[in-house]
Amino acid sequence: MRKAITGHKAVAEAMRQIEPDVVAVYPITPQSEIAEYYADYVHNGIVHTELVPVESEHSALSACVGAAAAGGRVMTATSSQGLALMVEVLYIAAGLRLPVVMALANRSLSAPINIHGDHSDAYLARDSGAVQIFAESAQEAYDYTLMAQRIAEDMRVRLPVIVNLDGFTLTHTVQPVDLLDDEPVKKFVGKFQPVSPLLDVDHPVTWGAFAMPDYYFELKRAQQAGMEAVPAVFLEVQREFSQVSGRRYQGFFEAYKLVDAEYALVVLGSTAGTAKVAVDELRAQGMKVGLLKPWLWRPFPAQAVAEAVAHVKAVAVLDRAFSFGTLGALFEDVAAALYPLERRPILANYIYGLGGRDITVPDLIKVFEELPRLTQNEWALRYIGLRE
Amino acid sequence: MKEIRWHGRGGQGAKTVSQILAQINLREGKYVQAFPEFGPERSGAPMRAYNRISEEEILVHSGVYEPNVVVVIDETLLDSERPTEGLKPDGVLVVNTTCSVEEIRARTKFAGVIIPVDADRIAQETGTGFPNIPLLGAVVAALGTDYNLAEAELREALGGRLGKDMLEKNLQAFRAGYEAAKKGVGVGRA
Repeated sequence: MRKAITGHKAVAEAMRQIEPDVVAVYPITPQSEIAEYYADYVHNGIVHTELVPVESEHSALSACVGAAAAGGRVMTATSSQGLALMVEVLYIAAGLRLPVVMALANRSLSAPINIHGDHSDAYLARDSGAVQIFAESAQEAYDYTLMAQRIAEDMRVRLPVIVNLDGFTLTHTVQPVDLLDDEPVKKFVGKFQPVSPLLDVDHPVTWGAFAMPDYYFELKRAQQAGMEAVPAVFLEVQREFSQVSGRRYQGFFEAYKLVDAEYALVVLGSTAGTAKVAVDELRAQGMKVGLLKPWLWRPFPAQAVAEAVAHVKAVAVLDRAFSFGTLGALFEDVAAALYPLERRPILANYIYGLGGRDITVPDLIKVFEELPRLTQNEWALRYIGLRE
Repeated sequence: MKEIRWHGRGGQGAKTVSQILAQINLREGKYVQAFPEFGPERSGAPMRAYNRISEEEILVHSGVYEPNVVVVIDETLLDSERPTEGLKPDGVLVVNTTCSVEEIRARTKFAGVIIPVDADRIAQETGTGFPNIPLLGAVVAALGTDYNLAEAELREALGGRLGKDMLEKNLQAFRAGYEAAKKGVGVGRA
């Protein structure tokens, strides 16, 4: 059924259909409306989830870790500073191989206090061991919340998964979302399979054990193996979801008019939608431009990205957060992916949209128009929409 | 694609009606967006809300800068907020006011269609207390949306939030706004 709803509501609807055993959330700012909607579902008896309102985001994810180790299917949602406070525990969820799925309403980090959209929070969790997926629209946020559950819980993976959706531009904007019926979703998501649950008292196990230099390295290597299993699982889950939903998800990224493009953008999240309009406008004028929008950011599908943009003359990689002291994180991913190629596109890195600074079609057209003028790699950061 | 900008004050229901309008347009089979100006919400402070309506999927996620329709829910914002800024010359300006078309035109220098609606009076007479619903009716008229379809969606959207008595009053206010604007559509051009 098609409904006009916000990104927050779309994610809450996905959670309602998944109906996890436990949702632990900090019910105060910077929490999102996702927690509010879900609390309604719980208290109206629509879902039979144990909702645990806690005193901080650190506690929220700690409660998720405990509940997941106990053997439950667990979800949460957060944003901005909330994620920052969760990060310590996010590393633990990943290290313990707990499939916690969380929506992240992408918003800036303080200081200065801001609350508006950018990707600083997602970048903060970049190396946490959580799988990270970015949505372009509320529809994608809904769809990937459902798919995330399967990816997180796959026995080859067993890792936390973050579904990123841009703060305000997606979370607070009413837009059409095609919701699936409850039954096919429940069938797609399937029954949760706990691994060595704490509540199985007949088979007592230890969770969160000590690992000294003699074992720590091997355990972290095993965690990396879980991450390395993600791409294959991601494609399998997309294939199955496409059959269930009738919507086409194929690949680690969406390549928009990229096949014959001479110039390309790489950009995460909702800005990819705005960039498609820029691509169409320039194509109408005869400029061969295209777009690569990663759905899967961690693990980064380096080889596939390299193959997709190898033929392009120049690529602009857009980062919606600083990685202070170096180039943008997405830029570095793309640059590293391209390094093994014999013939590489020229690269430029643009920082944009910090703290909710709007990014428009003309802004992105300007970036495309700058690319043909580059004769070599641009190692200095460039900025879109910045007053200097 | 049509773009709409609502100018109101926090608490006047601009966000609510922009969202209901999106539901109405969706019911018509259109693609839609509705979003408030992002930021801390303060009661009484000037705020904006936006709609996009299109026959095709809406991909753009930036702000709205050159709307086709501007709605001013609070007349005092006519001077302080420059609501006609960026409004397309062939666009429509809907104002909650007791002033005439000529008076609004003199104040705004806007040359396109001006639709004055005394939404405060409608809100008072119907007992709803809020000018947003009559103005929603006016916008539905300005967009040429089917009245019955819009009313059915409004009934559904408000049905969950309001009691039966207040729902009927709001539907009355909606109709009054629609009819007031219907008279003005197409006659306000300079």
